[in-house]
Amino acid sequence: MTDLAYVSPRAGSRSTGQRLGRIALRWLLYLVLTLFALWFLMPLFVMLTTSLKSLDEIRTGSLIALPREVTFEPWLTAWGSACTGIQCEGLKPYLLNSLLIAIPGVALSTALGAINGYVFAQWRFRGANLLFSLLLFGCFIPFQVVLLPMARMLGLMGLAGTIPGLILVHTVYGIGFTTLFFRNYYVTIPQELVRAAKIDGAGFFRIFWSIFLPLSLPIVVVTVIWQFTQIWNDFLFGVSFSQAGTQPVTVALNNIVNSTTGVKAYNVDMAAAILAALPTLLVYVVAGKYFIRGLTAGSVKG
Amino acid sequence: MAPILDIRNLRKSYGATEILHDINVAIEPGDFLVLVGPSGCGKSTLLNCIAGLEPITSGTIDIAGRDMTDVSPKDRDIAMVFQSYALYPTMTVAKNITFGMKVRGVDQATQEQKLSEVAELLQITPLLQRKPGQLSGGQRQRVAMGRALVRDPALFLFDEPLSNLDAKLRVEMRTEIKKLHQTLNASIVYVTHDQIEAMTLATKIVVMKGGVIQQIGTPAEIYNQPANLFVADFMGSPAMNLIPAKVRRDGSANRIEIARAGAAPLVLEDSRPADLPADVILGLRPEDIAEAGFRAGSNVQEAQCHIDMVEPAGADTYVVSELGGKQVTARLHAETSARAGQSMTLAFDLGKVSYFAPESGQRLN
Repeated sequence: MTDLAYVSPRAGSRSTGQRLGRIALRWLLYLVLTLFALWFLMPLFVMLTTSLKSLDEIRTGSLIALPREVTFEPWLTAWGSACTGIQCEGLKPYLLNSLLIAIPGVALSTALGAINGYVFAQWRFRGANLLFSLLLFGCFIPFQVVLLPMARMLGLMGLAGTIPGLILVHTVYGIGFTTLFFRNYYVTIPQELVRAAKIDGAGFFRIFWSIFLPLSLPIVVVTVIWQFTQIWNDFLFGVSFSQAGTQPVTVALNNIVNSTTGVKAYNVDMAAAILAALPTLLVYVVAGKYFIRGLTAGSVKG
Repeated sequence: MAPILDIRNLRKSYGATEILHDINVAIEPGDFLVLVGPSGCGKSTLLNCIAGLEPITSGTIDIAGRDMTDVSPKDRDIAMVFQSYALYPTMTVAKNITFGMKVRGVDQATQEQKLSEVAELLQITPLLQRKPGQLSGGQRQRVAMGRALVRDPALFLFDEPLSNLDAKLRVEMRTEIKKLHQTLNASIVYVTHDQIEAMTLATKIVVMKGGVIQQIGTPAEIYNQPANLFVADFMGSPAMNLIPAKVRRDGSANRIEIARAGAAPLVLEDSRPADLPADVILGLRPEDIAEAGFRAGSNVQEAQCHIDMVEPAGADTYVVSELGGKQVTARLHAETSARAGQSMTLAFDLGKVSYFAPESGQRLN
């Protein structure tokens, strides 16, 4: 109780002033963050509303107005009957192509990255550092540089213009990143674990399968999200190494937008763009919390 | 009896650096061999060589009569307990313990029987369904030992298994390991930097420094007859007093003079050995210097000493006096009347003395 006597009235008023300042700062922070969020969400909003309007309404109304009359016609067109050049099948077959490319591509590059990372982190060999540096170097080679040699390779292997060819391209191109992810994750796992398992009688793959893989969920999620986004959103490889019938959705989207005759169907373009972006969005929503967790993994002892 | 572990002329190099120099050790079945030394002395490397986790550069290692040169760790009939315990984090305690048997294809019934035996022995039965992350340090330690015990190997290897535990638990687990060794009559190689662990656990101690074996012997041999100054200083706490002294041969006896600042030299007499050089380092453990009248022995000599410091430690009282330019510690009984700054008569038990050559550091008697 005696302590109270030492608190002067002026100290009290100063702390009230400080508190008000803190609250004002907090509100300012919220305001700024909300403005930024709106700014970033604006294009999505425009896309979504435009895709739900009829062409007449787009021509007469404002860009950011809500649709007076909601129509799903553009979505159906984008899905099933929009024209990509001479064919008019919509995005449907190309979405399937993209899935056929992305799913095996993600699985293969993740699996190979996991094994590579396991070797680089826990089974050091002569020249490992050099080899790892070269793999990392592979991450930073621009796509354009490899186009011609890759086309020649695919041709020699008889994979030119095929879906397996595109899977191969994406897998090879992804290994650098996936190896980096897994290596940096596994390097935090103590070497004594491998030694204990060796003495227990487990071999290379047994140790990987029984001990390392069960620990890997966070980094697998990070790698899958990264690779899926990369492969799904890829345009350059898709446009270079595909032919009619094997084109991924990004290429088809480009064709839809660029090959309209007469009136530009903005609503169909918008719907198609959203359709093409939906799978990556879905992956983030489903696995996003693991993504954050995985990126910070290793800082906490397991 | 054939040795269970026989290491001959072992050398180990990383590139041009030789880590282990010509190691020769052998132990009998049931022996508890402790490798002890300061960090970086090569003791863990030696253990890893025995385990097969590090390749050796030359020499041979035989375990249970088999040459291990090209045998992989899993086929060496060994089990190992690691400093970090190295428990598999995603497996339950039971799975951790049975993993080795599962890998080797032991049938389910045998696995379960052995698991319950070991769990009972180590009193970890209630923990079997937990994950390592949910265990305390001492419990993890037990599980790590369980994983080794369940294998029933020819040789156990322990790599500083107690150094991650707090002081109290360390003493408890030390006793348990000793008890286990006695119950199972297992052959063990144990690495530690803690000389007290070495003394309490070992039947045989190897003291190492810089990749060279300094001395091999029973704990009593190592403690009472250290082979050189390093061993003398490293083993025992508080450390052995190592006092520079001059020797004069006087008939059949050696007159050993220890210089003292501001006082006449302390002179002790000893008859053996006959051929001491003129300069020696005299080694005497703190407990071999006592208060006058409290020590009986064949050659106990008394002298007045100036006491610089008194350190009561409960059971004993340590007093420090400067002799030969060194702080010499004597271990007196708890109720001693010693006071700092005063003189008192101390009894030196020369029956227990060690002599070392000052340059080479080697033992002379």
